[in-house]
Amino acid sequence: MTSDLLRLDHIGVRLGGREILRDVSFAIRPGEFTGLIGANGAGKTTLLRVILGLQPATTGQVLIDGAPRTARDSSIGYVPQKLTIEPDMPLRVRDVVSLGIDGNKFGLRLPSRARRELVSDMLTAVGAERYADARVGELSGGEQQRVMIAHALISKPRLLLLDEPLANLDISSEQGVVSVLARLARAEHVAVLLSAHDMNPLMPVMDRIVYVAGGRVAVGSTDEVVQPEVLSRLYGRHVDVIRVHGRVLVVAAPEGLDDSAAAAEDEGATAVRRVG
Amino acid sequence: MHWLIEPGFFGSGPVHVALAVGTVVAITSAVVGVFTVTRGQSFAGHSLADIATTGGSGAFLIGINQFWGYLAFGAGAAAFMEMIGVQRRRGRDVATGVVLGAGLGLAALFLYLGTQYSSTTGASFTILFGSIFVLTSSTVPALITSALLALATVLVLARVLLLSSLSPDIAAARGVPVRAVGAVFLMALAVSVALSAVIIGAVLSTALLVGPAATALRLAKGPVRAIVTAAAIGVAAVWLGILLAYDSFYWPPAGRGWPVSFFVVTLIVASYLGTYLRRPDRGRAAQEAPDAEQVCSPA
Repeated sequence: MTSDLLRLDHIGVRLGGREILRDVSFAIRPGEFTGLIGANGAGKTTLLRVILGLQPATTGQVLIDGAPRTARDSSIGYVPQKLTIEPDMPLRVRDVVSLGIDGNKFGLRLPSRARRELVSDMLTAVGAERYADARVGELSGGEQQRVMIAHALISKPRLLLLDEPLANLDISSEQGVVSVLARLARAEHVAVLLSAHDMNPLMPVMDRIVYVAGGRVAVGSTDEVVQPEVLSRLYGRHVDVIRVHGRVLVVAAPEGLDDSAAAAEDEGATAVRRVG
Repeated sequence: MHWLIEPGFFGSGPVHVALAVGTVVAITSAVVGVFTVTRGQSFAGHSLADIATTGGSGAFLIGINQFWGYLAFGAGAAAFMEMIGVQRRRGRDVATGVVLGAGLGLAALFLYLGTQYSSTTGASFTILFGSIFVLTSSTVPALITSALLALATVLVLARVLLLSSLSPDIAAARGVPVRAVGAVFLMALAVSVALSAVIIGAVLSTALLVGPAATALRLAKGPVRAIVTAAAIGVAAVWLGILLAYDSFYWPPAGRGWPVSFFVVTLIVASYLGTYLRRPDRGRAAQEAPDAEQVCSPA
């Protein structure tokens, strides 16, 4: 119990009368790589925002090291979904990473050599040293993700949250970002909680999976969770899990042909044709 | 140098005051401007300028110095915009639009009444387009103090403002009171607009705020350089503007100097346009070169 870095205890969230999450409980241990998997709109972003304290939970609580999280918790790093950075924003890549050290502090600071080296080392670690002096708004999506990962990791968090970091990336940038994350998580012993609508790129690196559907979660190893029975219960309707060419597809039967259609009424479950 | 600096320029009292106040205000406006452009609040800045017009004309009507009118109305409008949701992008546009229309209508009324009841000619001109050569010496300390306060506020907030511009969510998750920081910044912006209004007029004050910043953002990549460049451009435009306005006393129609605001704004716009004449980056040039050859080749 006490070895849990992060524990969610019966978290429920209602927004505008709509139930987004219900009775979500799971824990993350130090150094673990966890995939937060679910369709768009399943509540992944809301869940991450609850953990960060950006969204209050209606019920339940978030514990860090066994204690309720405080407003200013420096042990969590965060890479948000789809940043829109204008090309005229006066931030070079190294400025962005430097803001990761103390961008939340007031007052001015003098440049220092130690700081400059720290930033350069971090950029090298994520493979972004080549464009260190470019404006961050001029980079491609994959390049920006690496920079934001460096920004989040330079303050040495013990938990890194990433919201859909692989969305809109081409396949090679996708693999690049995943391998950088897996390598750094292991090297720095940082726990990673990464949300994605497609679990496949994460299969080689995920220790555990938190699968979100219908406002609830199923938690376990990928072998435990990605099973037709488990996911059908979660979606509240029959789904098949198809493994083809080393990829996993979660496929729902068409509406009407579904034996457990009655169960689906219950949750207002997201109608999912294909997930991942 | 006689062709540029007319005799008597450095001996003139009003010129000394204009240069001193102009320098401080130009630096403050440029620095605040860099964050204004970065935060995408240029339009809010312009709206504050319009509302400041109302304040300035109201102050003239009741017979106090325009600066206090600019300041009171600008700060009031900033507080109002903040209250009705200036943080959300969409709310921001609607809120500023609503406040703005009401303000300029009042300004029209105040200026009309003011010129009816007072024999001061040129008051409308002073409020709308500035009056750096006729600064009342009693307001000078207040001008310089508020400029330094706004400048200090924005420099203290600098890193937090940059982080919030990058992502308000990251800033909030790291314990930055994003909303309060935004409100304080908006106040600094209102002060800076009021000061620019004194120098180049309420209607043109956004030029001094946004112009040097926009130019600097095209020239400098990082935040520190952008701020220093913007300040340098602002100061240069104000100095040169004052100098040319002084010289223009001898231009047609002789005996009446041209407005400083005209020169300052023209110089700022020229510097901004000048950045488009720069050679494109090497990377981009390399990409464009083969296309150009293809276009030219007859085959």
